[in-house]
Amino acid sequence: MAMHGMRGLSVFISEIRNCQNKEQERLRVDKELGNVRNRFKNEKVLTPYDKKKYVWKMLYIYMLGYDVDFGHMEAVSLISAPKYPEKQVGYIATSCLLNENHDFLRLAINTVRNDIIGRNETFQCLALTMVGNIGGRDFAESLAPDVQKLLLSSSCRPLVRKKAALCLLRLYRKNPDIVNVDGWADRMSQLLDERDLGVLTSSMSLLVALVSNNHEAYWSCLPKCVKTLERLARNQDIPQEYTYYGIPSPWLQVKTMRALQYFPTIEDPHTRRTLFEVLQRILMGTDVVKNVNKNNASHAVLFEALALVMHLDAEKEMMSQCVALLGKFIAVREPNIRYLGLENMTRMLMVTDVQEIIKRHQAQIITSLKDPDVSIRRRALDLLYGMCDVTNAKDIVEELLQYLSSADFTMREELSLKAAILAEKFAPDLSWYVDVILQLIDKAGDFISDDIWFRVVQFVTNNDDLQPYAAAKVKEYLDKSAVHETMVKVSAYILGEYSHLLARRPGCSPKEIFNLLHEKLPTVSTTTIPILLSAYAKILMHTQPPDQELQSQIWAIFNKYESCIDAEIQQRAVEYLALCQKGAALMDILAEMPKFPERKSSLIKRAEYSEADTAEQSAIKLRAQQQTSNALVVTDQHSANGATSPVPVGQLSLVKVPSMITTENDTSSDHTLSQQNGALSNVDPQPPSADLLSDILGPLAIEGPPDATVQSENNAASGLEGGSDAIDGSAIVPVEEQTNTVQPIGNIAERFHALCLKDSGVLYEDPYIQVGIKAEWRGHHGRLVLFLGNKNTAPLVSVQAIILPPAHLKMELSLVPDTIPPRAQVQCPLEVVNLRPSRDVAVLDFSYKFGTNMVNVKLRLPAVLNKFLQPIQVSAEEFFPQWRSFSGPPLKLQEVIRGIRPMPLPEMANLLNSFRIMICPGLDPNPNNLVASTTFYSDSKPAMLCLVRIETDPADRTQLRMTLASGDPTLTFELKEFIKEQLISIPTAPRAPAPAAAPPAAQPTPQIPPNDPAAILAGLLS
Amino acid sequence: MGIRFILMVNKQGQTRLAQYYEWLTLEERRALEGEIVRKCLARNEQQCSFVEHRNYKIVYRRYASLFFLVGVDNDENELAILEFIHLLVETMDRHFGNVCELDIMFHLEKAHFMLEEMVMNGSVVETSKANILSPIQLMEKAS
Repeated sequence: MAMHGMRGLSVFISEIRNCQNKEQERLRVDKELGNVRNRFKNEKVLTPYDKKKYVWKMLYIYMLGYDVDFGHMEAVSLISAPKYPEKQVGYIATSCLLNENHDFLRLAINTVRNDIIGRNETFQCLALTMVGNIGGRDFAESLAPDVQKLLLSSSCRPLVRKKAALCLLRLYRKNPDIVNVDGWADRMSQLLDERDLGVLTSSMSLLVALVSNNHEAYWSCLPKCVKTLERLARNQDIPQEYTYYGIPSPWLQVKTMRALQYFPTIEDPHTRRTLFEVLQRILMGTDVVKNVNKNNASHAVLFEALALVMHLDAEKEMMSQCVALLGKFIAVREPNIRYLGLENMTRMLMVTDVQEIIKRHQAQIITSLKDPDVSIRRRALDLLYGMCDVTNAKDIVEELLQYLSSADFTMREELSLKAAILAEKFAPDLSWYVDVILQLIDKAGDFISDDIWFRVVQFVTNNDDLQPYAAAKVKEYLDKSAVHETMVKVSAYILGEYSHLLARRPGCSPKEIFNLLHEKLPTVSTTTIPILLSAYAKILMHTQPPDQELQSQIWAIFNKYESCIDAEIQQRAVEYLALCQKGAALMDILAEMPKFPERKSSLIKRAEYSEADTAEQSAIKLRAQQQTSNALVVTDQHSANGATSPVPVGQLSLVKVPSMITTENDTSSDHTLSQQNGALSNVDPQPPSADLLSDILGPLAIEGPPDATVQSENNAASGLEGGSDAIDGSAIVPVEEQTNTVQPIGNIAERFHALCLKDSGVLYEDPYIQVGIKAEWRGHHGRLVLFLGNKNTAPLVSVQAIILPPAHLKMELSLVPDTIPPRAQVQCPLEVVNLRPSRDVAVLDFSYKFGTNMVNVKLRLPAVLNKFLQPIQVSAEEFFPQWRSFSGPPLKLQEVIRGIRPMPLPEMANLLNSFRIMICPGLDPNPNNLVASTTFYSDSKPAMLCLVRIETDPADRTQLRMTLASGDPTLTFELKEFIKEQLISIPTAPRAPAPAAAPPAAQPTPQIPPNDPAAILAGLLS
Repeated sequence: MGIRFILMVNKQGQTRLAQYYEWLTLEERRALEGEIVRKCLARNEQQCSFVEHRNYKIVYRRYASLFFLVGVDNDENELAILEFIHLLVETMDRHFGNVCELDIMFHLEKAHFMLEEMVMNGSVVETSKANILSPIQLMEKAS
């Protein structure tokens, strides 16, 4: 009884169970680990039974959360045990304990392969399961064809084939470059005819993976999916074992509908009609029943059907029916259904037509925001955030604010960030926006990040009308007894700048404002004190006529902080004190802050970023990408606005910015800015400084380009204030960006030429994408990897890379995904085989889409002639007979070349060396000549030796005579032309002159004695 | 990719079975299990069966003293997973007869075998109880 016989294991488990506390458990585990370790080490011959027992103990200990750093080898070795029970443990333990890159796995490949191709079904299943769980690259390389064969084999039983399907899924997903699925469409379509529901379930998962990568190839599977769904929904030919509470395999139904969501649309009217009939039946025929399991299973199918209907853009009637259903769901008692109702309603926001209908449920959704269940509250928050637009922003944001005080801590940060973003995006007027943010700070100050209050300051600074309002408002908050420190910061800043605008109001004299602020000083931290000091200085400056008492009071404070231990505070105190004594000069230095330059809200950027973090290749997202026209992605402002209101509202704009600072992407502007603020240059109290810098640097760094709304606003701004802007016009966002053409960054030709000389670097870059290249060259083979890096927080879609290879190269590019997720880098290997010598260049026709920009570039690939050269040093003895054996054309060609870019000889020598044509010093007695050699590799012929001689004229560096020889006339000609091209135009920036230690060719050759071999050679050369 | 992990944890928070379909280091597992168990065990019957945690969605179900927790990605049908848990429990029930925590604890290997028959690499392989249990029955007959 091997199964029940592991008494030692049972004893150990019950001992662990009886441990009174964690410490006892740890001691017991340590003891056991020591025991097992000893057994493994000392006993030469462990019976497979013992091994099995110990491995299970290890697994158990590992599951309890203890590190098991030995015995892996024993686990792996059990795989090759001849008997099933041991083998099985070996496989299970290996897939639990090791990760796919573990070295031991490689040792097992052969055994695993033997099990897979062997005749024992149970062994096949074990091996397929293990590979399906942890198989990595090595497994894909050696096993994929076998697994494919098993899946399709008619002699294999379903129990093996269903595992083969999922095993193949793993290998394909992990290594799409190795597992060849060309021509799999037919096979998949065949697999979908399968009667066995186990095989069908696994195959459907495989189909989802294949279709999500390339739906076009699998069109033929679409009708099959619909047929499968119909078969299930009508309960035709479904074995009893596969019905679950009367429902034909809900899991397969769900999977099938999931697969259908990866096809953008269904064109065939018959298939479409059939599918809609099935869907309609699911939508209408799902009733709430008593049995929980039946209810869940039928609703699992129903929710998937809803998702599919949304995806298919059904007629409006059916859509409304879906929203109605969801509306019903979000109000039911069953919490799971409520949760899913909200979740699916959020997905439904992507369908344009129904947003208005969803809004009808706003009251119910707001109620859900107060649900006792945090999971449901989160869904409600997401939905409210997504459905917010200008028409309901006020209501929704106010609800969020109200909820903020009672919300649990885990949600407050997200809640306040979302409220701040919505307030900014959809504010009907700016004073409302200020109200909202101040309330946020008041209610949830701890959760308000600095960028939120920086943003208010920017708006207030840039909008004159808003300044007195904001000043009065913050003063109200300061009057309260307990004030959050963030409120002190923002109030100090705003009152420092604008409290003089309130001077006539009661309680707003400079002295009163100062007292109000100064009261808070003892309660704040050292980061806030500098802002207070700046405010004092500004208040003092604005006090007209001067108030002696206030002045001495403030000076006393500066005096006090002159010796503060905090450098920031100290510096401000010292500087303000010194400035105050300057009298009139103070006016200029402490003048009102200049307007901020227009830029995208860092909050919204942050939201996009966090969105990008979680971005996945889900069907619903893919769909959103495919149909940008009517997609409303919550963070995408363009479509959000465009889709919901005829007037583009945009985020609050800073259009009123006068053109004081117009440089957007110039770091010096930040410098100027601080200088204009006089004393503040070093100890810049401007809250947004750090942020500003990062924003200004934005376009230069990895950030995406400023978005179109901002650009057009910029444009409007510059249009309005034309004259003054003109000077700085060049520094504003480049105008080209508005006209859909995307400008490459850097010179494409220079990048190409640089890559001809080195093996890795950037091939192409523009604001959205960077294409890098890394190459390895071995003989006539090249292995390149293209790195496609998306620089944005939005995906790049319709990505296409087509290689246009010249006739002499065989090139194979692995699959390039259609979509590059935000901030992701995709690697596409490219194999190159050189067939013949040729100077033709391969071209990569590359295109992608970002937003409405369709970018298409044709890039030369640096798979050029010199990459297939290997430098070789040839001695005089070897060179001499070779050179002579190539007697003349076409093997040996000579040409006088004019129009050479003048360069010193050492530099020319370096240049040739860098093309892997090796200078052989000392072979040519004439110091003005160069002799070089190399070997050329191609698939058609063995390595060919090439010899080069260049004779230069010291009097005229623009011409030279080149002689080239090799055993192949084409090679001779092509290489000669290639070198010529390089010498005539060198497109890269001039290289630094060669170091003073000149290469051998430059060494003056003394008088040559007549019997010198070199002299003989020279005679032969000419 | 579907299912990322399956955990069985008792009321005291002790792990009774853990199966991961993506590689996490031991420390990551320990931290993750701790956080999830704390979150889920604190919930009551009136709350829904779904908890969002980091990049996972946890679908969970409680049977007497034992919690079944399944971590999935954002792209999975929650109710289908919830019923998949029940299918697992029913399958174990068919095999052990009135399955309880101790059965799983002392027959960890069998629980693993059943799971292996049902899930591979995060995808569902088999949902017929008879098919799931046949290899185990074969093995028991043989031994």
